[in-house]
Amino acid sequence: MANELLFFMEVLVGGLLAGTMYSLVALGFVLIFKASATFNFSQGAMVFFSVLAFCGFMQDFNIPFVLAFILAAFLMVVVGLCTERLVLRPLMNASEDTVLMATIGLGYVLEGLAQAAWGVEVRRLDLGIGDFPVPWIADNLKLFISALDITAGLVAAIMIIGLFLLFKYTKIGLGLRAVADDAGAASSIGIPLKHIMLLVWSAAGVVALVAGMMWGARAGVQFALVDLALKALPVLIIGGFSSIPGAIIGGLIIGAVEKILEVYIGPFFGGAIEGWAPYVLAIFFLLYRPEGLFGEKIIRRV
Amino acid sequence: MKPIFMTYTKKDLINLAVCMVLSVLIIPTFIKTEYWYTSILIPWLCLALATIGQQIVMGYTGQLALGAAGFMAAGAFAMFNLILRVPDLGFVGSLIVSGLIAAAFGILFGLPSLKVRGIYLMVATLASQFFIIWMIDKFGWFKNYDSSGIITAQDIVILGKPFTTPLAMYFVCLAVTTILTLLAMNMARGSTGRNWMAVRDMDIAAESMGVSLLRTKVQAFAISAFYCGVAGALFAFCYLKSLEPVAFDIKLSFKILFMCILGGLGTINGAFIGAAFILLFPVLLNAIGNNVFHGAIDATIISSIEQVIFGLLMIIFMIYEPLGMAKLWENLKQSMRSKLSSSGIKGVKSPILKK
Repeated sequence: MANELLFFMEVLVGGLLAGTMYSLVALGFVLIFKASATFNFSQGAMVFFSVLAFCGFMQDFNIPFVLAFILAAFLMVVVGLCTERLVLRPLMNASEDTVLMATIGLGYVLEGLAQAAWGVEVRRLDLGIGDFPVPWIADNLKLFISALDITAGLVAAIMIIGLFLLFKYTKIGLGLRAVADDAGAASSIGIPLKHIMLLVWSAAGVVALVAGMMWGARAGVQFALVDLALKALPVLIIGGFSSIPGAIIGGLIIGAVEKILEVYIGPFFGGAIEGWAPYVLAIFFLLYRPEGLFGEKIIRRV
Repeated sequence: MKPIFMTYTKKDLINLAVCMVLSVLIIPTFIKTEYWYTSILIPWLCLALATIGQQIVMGYTGQLALGAAGFMAAGAFAMFNLILRVPDLGFVGSLIVSGLIAAAFGILFGLPSLKVRGIYLMVATLASQFFIIWMIDKFGWFKNYDSSGIITAQDIVILGKPFTTPLAMYFVCLAVTTILTLLAMNMARGSTGRNWMAVRDMDIAAESMGVSLLRTKVQAFAISAFYCGVAGALFAFCYLKSLEPVAFDIKLSFKILFMCILGGLGTINGAFIGAAFILLFPVLLNAIGNNVFHGAIDATIISSIEQVIFGLLMIIFMIYEPLGMAKLWENLKQSMRSKLSSSGIKGVKSPILKK
């Protein structure tokens, strides 16, 4: 019995920590949605693009880790700048669905560019953190938990605290919240809309880079990352599109439920149900609480 | 213009006659190379049919769905099993029933559309994409317990006659596509289509005017999935000639979404234009790569460039012409007409004067 409980705990903790990886991707979506009510479908492609660039800098040009990180982050700022200038500004008054389509196009552009520049083969990314159980925890608590999962959890926690402080206590954060509330009113009282958008897209780019590094270390840097990033969508539906804590909680729920279902129910169906289980979970959430756990209530008027 | 037969006007019938002469007489007489049939015309017709399905739910009813390939897979594997297990049904019967099976999936996964819209609905429809592919993959019954993963499609036999040459398969696809296209046009113009568009333009307003949201949306999803299912069955039996779930992955769904949007949302001819463009553009790009640069550019680079261009086009169309290539074509025709009429050619009037 104790063993079964221990096994359950292991599955649960592993799932929760893996969930933080989804949260990291979802965080990028939330940042942009919060500031511009734009759903950025290309976030998954940004994850792929940024981490492939990072790998390319490090492995093809032998640039040291820190410098490669800075270069990749800078590249994401440039991507953010171009997106703001060339895609979002002309679509300022377009409908939400139109902007969504444009970001799907943007995703295609980024995926294509990344593959044209850095090739299509799977790259290994070694962060110096192994994807194997930490001996100390295994000995003392009898739980097998991967070091990479713990790192991802810590990184997610740091980023969330950082973003929270940024939003809550800085002038930029105040501007961000004003823009999110009413972009027109914010710009009429002199908040520089362009700078805010650039900042948000750059922040989302850096978040994408970090998420990509975590995923890349686990699954290899490859095109499948884009599909993995799609799993951030159910996370967002559960947590709410405009809530940073929601992205985290949503990620944890998806991670845990997915693992538990896979381990306990999956065998009856031949396994691999984690491919669709999060989406079905999201449908149930949509039927009962369409705005998500922490989202604002959706009110539509004729 | 007054409709002559059902909702079709004189102009439609002339267009149909021109298309029929072109596709039944001219193409088979002049195009003899098999490549054109097996790699371009057949997949074009199949994908155009699937794109019409996507149009119905997205262009006409305004529901952001992203699962066309899942329904295509449902149709293709239903077809395989029907021919295998119920041989009495015949090819045409199996095609219709497999479309209906896909429609059942469409209804099931279209239900969330009653509660949610936009990106939320997109996620719900993604569930159908992943679920259907997983289901076919995991339950051996659907694949007749074939362990190799790739199943050869049965030969097409209609009324005892085999349709196995590329030309014969082309005619099968052509017949099915023509009938379903005409039906789709009729639906789009009739009360069904008007309800769809009312829901698209403002669902709450439509509901308050007595349009049943439940009926309209579920109907749109069912019909859309029916079209995708039939298209998927044709795609597997005439083009791929094999059945594997991987062929119907999310990438195909995105491709159909692109065909739909670039072709022109809410138009039937846009489906054909979009499908032709997405299908032919890579062929063109490869030809340029091979002939102009003599293979100096790596094939993977070419496919990456193709992806970048599709993405860029998507962005450009969203900014400058959200109604897609069908609208461009319409504009071109308009400007030609007004040029002709201003230069004084008899019999051609400017469309503005016509009113």
